[in-house]
Amino acid sequence: MTQDRIRNFSIIAHIDHGKSTLADRILEVTDTVSGRDMRAQVLDSMDLERERGITIKAQAVRVLWKGHQLNLIDTPGHVDFTYEVSRSLQACEGAVLVVDAAQGVEAQTVANALLAIENDLEVLPVVNKIDLPQADPDGSSAEIAELIGGEAGDVLRISAKTGLGVDAVLDAVVERIPAPVGDPQAPARALIFDSSYDQYRGVVAFVRVVDGSFKTAEALLAMAQGTRFEAEELGFFSPTMQATATLESGEVGYVITGLKDVSRLRVGDTLTSLGTPAAGPLPGYKDVKPMVFSGLFPTDSDAYPDLRDALERLKLNDAALIYEPETSQALGFGFRCGFLGLLHMEIVRERLEREFDLDLLVTAPNVAYRVVTIGGEELEVHNPSEMPDEIERVEEPYIRASVIVPKEYVGSVMELCTERRGSFDHMEYLSEQRVVLIYELPLAEVVVDFYDQLKSRTRGYASFDYDVIDFREGELVKLDVLIAGEPVDALSLIIHRDSAYGRGRALVDRLRAEIPRQMFDVPVQAAIGARVIARETIKAKRKDVLAKCYGGDITRKRKLLERQKAGKKRMKQVGAVEVPQEAFLAVLNLNEDSR
Amino acid sequence: MTGAVRHLYVHLPFCAHRCGYCDFVTVVGRGGEHRSYVGALLAELELERSLLAAEVETVFVGGGTPTLTEAAELRRLLEALPSAGEVTVEANPETVTPEVARLLRESGVNRVSLGAQTFQAELLQVLERRAAPWDVRRAFYHLRDAGFDNISLDLIYGIPGQAAADLEADIDEALALGPEHLSCYELEAKPGTRFTHRHGEELVRQSDALEGYFERVVGKLTEAGYRWYETANFCLPAEREGGRDLRAHHNLAYWLGRDYLGVGIGAVSTVAGRRWQNTPRLPLYVASSGRGEPPPRDLEELSTDVRRRERVMLGLRLDEPLTLAGVSGVLDGDALTRLEALDLVIRDRGGPSGDALTLTPRGRLLGGGVTAELLA
Repeated sequence: MTQDRIRNFSIIAHIDHGKSTLADRILEVTDTVSGRDMRAQVLDSMDLERERGITIKAQAVRVLWKGHQLNLIDTPGHVDFTYEVSRSLQACEGAVLVVDAAQGVEAQTVANALLAIENDLEVLPVVNKIDLPQADPDGSSAEIAELIGGEAGDVLRISAKTGLGVDAVLDAVVERIPAPVGDPQAPARALIFDSSYDQYRGVVAFVRVVDGSFKTAEALLAMAQGTRFEAEELGFFSPTMQATATLESGEVGYVITGLKDVSRLRVGDTLTSLGTPAAGPLPGYKDVKPMVFSGLFPTDSDAYPDLRDALERLKLNDAALIYEPETSQALGFGFRCGFLGLLHMEIVRERLEREFDLDLLVTAPNVAYRVVTIGGEELEVHNPSEMPDEIERVEEPYIRASVIVPKEYVGSVMELCTERRGSFDHMEYLSEQRVVLIYELPLAEVVVDFYDQLKSRTRGYASFDYDVIDFREGELVKLDVLIAGEPVDALSLIIHRDSAYGRGRALVDRLRAEIPRQMFDVPVQAAIGARVIARETIKAKRKDVLAKCYGGDITRKRKLLERQKAGKKRMKQVGAVEVPQEAFLAVLNLNEDSR
Repeated sequence: MTGAVRHLYVHLPFCAHRCGYCDFVTVVGRGGEHRSYVGALLAELELERSLLAAEVETVFVGGGTPTLTEAAELRRLLEALPSAGEVTVEANPETVTPEVARLLRESGVNRVSLGAQTFQAELLQVLERRAAPWDVRRAFYHLRDAGFDNISLDLIYGIPGQAAADLEADIDEALALGPEHLSCYELEAKPGTRFTHRHGEELVRQSDALEGYFERVVGKLTEAGYRWYETANFCLPAEREGGRDLRAHHNLAYWLGRDYLGVGIGAVSTVAGRRWQNTPRLPLYVASSGRGEPPPRDLEELSTDVRRRERVMLGLRLDEPLTLAGVSGVLDGDALTRLEALDLVIRDRGGPSGDALTLTPRGRLLGGGVTAELLA
């Protein structure tokens, strides 16, 4: 199809504003899927995504509408995947911005709309869920107009659920979103905006062809990484895979690469023909770096190989996940994993537990620190145990956070941000009722339950988004926990000096409550370097005997002792002290449930 | 043909009432069956007679409440038992009349173990004991009057509602009677029992306070001159008693790993590496006896390893050194070093019978944990 009859667009929305429902309805209205075959929310393929109402991996679906080829490119819905969202948007000329008529503009609405505008996309605003009794289409339209400019009256009003107004959205896509303007005669160039892994066919790249065309069996090159492979199959989704001989300029489709390693083909890279390569890649590729790190250990040490296999398999589909083996004295063998952000970490953890049936101990998350030693050496630290002793300065990542709340919660949000070492940047009114607050915060302060606190202090009304902006020096210290004088590596934290005392006290109190009394006094300490900042003693047991033991009791008492011995084997040994796994769990949970 | 077993246990299960905390094999309300049961006991003894040595050292008649058994049947039983240097019968205070005391004495019994448990009326009620505090004292006097010069009192501590002062009072009362021997047990509230159901929460509330009771018992009794010769057992020392060794010799046989024969329902025997337990069911026991057969039994073969472990487990309950020869294979050497460093265990190198282990007083208070550590 010629480029003037092609339209490439995304649907962007805050979580639960109806993106997936609209996508489903589009497939129905265009007869891409019959109503009977319609599995609710076709585009979300993983159970986990459906449950959380988010989409991790983008797909693109081709539909036909009134003689036009429309490619609907799905975007990931969350803050951790901003880079992926921006790649998806780069593959489009326009975006349908969906806003819930009852909720109005939310933080990700703003973030996504700004991303779309930055990518020079035509933004087509839509107010959804107008059938809901509490819908306020006028108010929401006004907020959108305030956000992206234009007239509130131009905002389309639909109900994706009932299908009302969906054909008007498609008409508007054709009329208002520009056709692609690549050069069909130039050497081929395509943007990889997503990839996926199939166990039989290897890495599948989702691409938007910008210039020229690609043919099946052609030798291809990924320009930034230099990866070479053959295009085993080209095609598009409609909504199932349809093979095709060529992908032409302006079109969106997939390339089956046969590559066995997802990390060899990165989102944002440019594909070209190895025979007649383009002069240069498309703009915008960047290597995404993990920002949040945490140790993952199997609760049952025998499950270590299972964890390793599971991570390998997840990694196939998730190039952003990194991991390396880590050995903890207290928790045994595990992996230190790097994630794009908190949600990414949660998703990985849940998939490991749910899809791979693993029981995990997860250490407190930390961010990437840049450390300069007294000797002038610079290093990046991902694990508190790697923190050098002689430190000149430590820098930590900062974010620019935007929080959108009804105005009565502004005070609560400011209070929370201040507690978390945030500095206020500015505040804007989105409408009479709603405010966007911009704060700069250390990422480290956000990775531990910031989002839950934000939600609970605003009765669930706040929405939140962030971007990492830079690294800044901070008064950061390493807080160690010692049991009977032995540091417990898995419990070390890097923390701001001002919070160290409170956290150390909480850790020590919790451990004292959780570690059973031993045959000797056990001091439990929290320390910064050699300075102990909190201390408790678990007093020694005073008695531990089997009350009586005569001829009739011997077998039973012996079995009791054997069980006692077996129980000890399940304990984690810290020096001479036996610490039940539950104690570690309780302390690690402390990071989640009390600040 | 005679065997080598020198220790005989006889079980008399009848009780007037089952106390809430009790986990022994007992039978309540079968008054008419004493005769047939004693008959079956004697039949079993006859069947196993060949296991016993010509000279039996100890006989222990335990229960239940042996002294609740009809006098004529009790006498018939006692007179049929082999004579021995130590013949002990367990008694509940409320059942000890001057007549019963005399009966025991006349039937060759030379030691009585009296289940006092506590001298506090309310605590006796918590334990569902039938006796009143006065019954305990009176029973003791009846036994003395009948000529018993070796009487043991059982005390229980850690009773729900028992304050430290109650415990002190119990020990003082017991000491005032001047028994040759005392057994002091911490109350074991077994999960799922009626007792735990009723008192479990109180016990949890008390648990911190109870922690120190064992120490207190040991402290008070040793201060009064008693020898703490086993985890839960105390006796007047030989040097004060004209050389009489007042330890419970029957029980000492268990702790030293000797073989023993047990007859009666639920009774356990250990002979030459095999352990068996008779059925706890009275009708089955009597019926098989009627057929001239041994009662149904659970059999356990004790491997060499298990026997060594038991040697350690039992031997470390005593105040005398445990000889390591023969058991060192089941000990964890690292644990031993650790426990020595904690001053819980003393390793005696080159004693009279080779290397030996003794627990320090604190090690004995923690004996269960220490043993679990030591067993590799």
